[in-house]
Amino acid sequence: MRGASNHIIEVKQMVKKFGSFVANDHLSFHVEEGEIFGFLGANGAGKTTAMRILCGLSYPTSGEIMVAGFDVYKDRERIKRKIGYMSQKFSLYDDLTLTENIRLYAGIYGLGRKQIAEREEQLLERLGLTHVKKRMIREIPLGWKQKLAFSVAIFHKPAIVFLDEPTGGVDPITRRQFWEMIHDATLEGITVFVTTHYMDEAEYCDRVSIMVEGRIEALNTPALLKQEYESKNMNEVFLKLARK
Amino acid sequence: MSIIVDHVDKSFGEVKALSQVDFEVKDGELFGLIGPDGAGKSTLFRIMVSLLVPDAGFCSVHGYDVVSQYRNVRELIGYMPGRFSLYMDLSVEENLAFYARVFGTSVTKNYDLISDIYEQIAPFKKRLAGNLSGGMKQKLALSCALIHRPEVLILDEPTTGVDAVSRREFWEMLKKIQNEGITIVVSTPYMDEAEMCDRVALIQKGSVLDISDPSRIGESTEKVLYSLKSSQGVYTYLERIRNLEGCRSAWLFGDELHVTLRSEKESLAIKEAIRDWNDPTIQWESIVPSIEDRFMGLMREEGMDAHEITETP
Repeated sequence: MRGASNHIIEVKQMVKKFGSFVANDHLSFHVEEGEIFGFLGANGAGKTTAMRILCGLSYPTSGEIMVAGFDVYKDRERIKRKIGYMSQKFSLYDDLTLTENIRLYAGIYGLGRKQIAEREEQLLERLGLTHVKKRMIREIPLGWKQKLAFSVAIFHKPAIVFLDEPTGGVDPITRRQFWEMIHDATLEGITVFVTTHYMDEAEYCDRVSIMVEGRIEALNTPALLKQEYESKNMNEVFLKLARK
Repeated sequence: MSIIVDHVDKSFGEVKALSQVDFEVKDGELFGLIGPDGAGKSTLFRIMVSLLVPDAGFCSVHGYDVVSQYRNVRELIGYMPGRFSLYMDLSVEENLAFYARVFGTSVTKNYDLISDIYEQIAPFKKRLAGNLSGGMKQKLALSCALIHRPEVLILDEPTTGVDAVSRREFWEMLKKIQNEGITIVVSTPYMDEAEMCDRVALIQKGSVLDISDPSRIGESTEKVLYSLKSSQGVYTYLERIRNLEGCRSAWLFGDELHVTLRSEKESLAIKEAIRDWNDPTIQWESIVPSIEDRFMGLMREEGMDAHEITETP
């Protein structure tokens, strides 16, 4: 929400059905360029389904959806080049070294050799991982793995990065360091679309949507959501909405 | 004592997973093991349920040694591993019947114990376990772990990846199970769940940092904690406050910053520095540390906030 408003994601009446089951029931929302958008909801509310569509991995049943200026029906491959993705479950290859992981992802996104070498050095230095760059990913602690995975997901400077429960299971200090990295990414102009089950993290978002049974039940800034639902924190807001 | 863990060590190759872990769980207690991924919680649980042998030290459940008397131990316990041990190609009711028969009992014999939980998934009893949602799998796995009416229930991260509402419902179920006289040991990475336990052990990198009731755990650290709030948002103040001389640590905490000082003497200087920032909406006050604050304080005292990676693993 910094500067002039510009919708980097625009979703109008998005529907996704699996047989007779409606996973996404007429979702309409937008994400502003450069904001941190929190995409919350209970398990099974339809978050992953919606996220897969926005990432160009699955087609919607109906609706108009534009991501980074491209249509999800016609331009899925272009969308994939404009975005980054990271989740808790899948991030880096355990049996490749740090350097190999970086080069693999950068190569997939079409970066040149010189560009990769330059950014790789900066990245390792910034994270303080230069001395372990030849180590296998499985040898480094989860907290570091997640920080590196995030850096790799934005290595090609995407317009949007999608983060699917990026902090699940990590310790409280690493979680916070991770969110500081997210903030820093927005300063470089990257839009962040994030899901989490930690409700304190919802407070770090510019705006938050809460999905309940396939629909968006609420969408606003954390401060206004707390006001609207007369709650002292986002956990209370979530508990009030998610089991109506 | 229900469970005794006596100076247990366990290594995998070069990696020391547990180091001198030492605690006891009382009969009928709801005992929490709190710590992040990789802290050693699952290794410890596998030793307690007799699936792993410790390198050194001793562990017993209701007086039975988990190594030499593992058969007795296995009859006493119900165990729900992190990845639910359900048969995905059996239906809901087949899974339950299978677990009952393995333990030489029947579904009807102990049905009262699981009825509250099982009735929530009973409408789907013909469905294959592999086709259940995460929340339903969790309830079925809990029913299977309870169907032989164990005296000790051991749950490894039952709520990881589970939303805030389902987590709360799950803990309400645990309280009911405890009221049936069953001792429960449960691990979680969520600090707020610690508040629901009778006692908790904080574990990090294979060592227990502290054991106490949740209201007092880690109270040796973080005696004085400050909160900074502002309607301008607090993120912009994070670096500024860290750069102040007297600041020891500052972290995001929901819509606040939580700040500790190098010493109480600094509090006046910090207050003045904040006043100079000219934001009339800033609220700066001393607060009572939460369990998460205290855990972070313990991590810092142990030098674990830096997460250095050493040359040799």
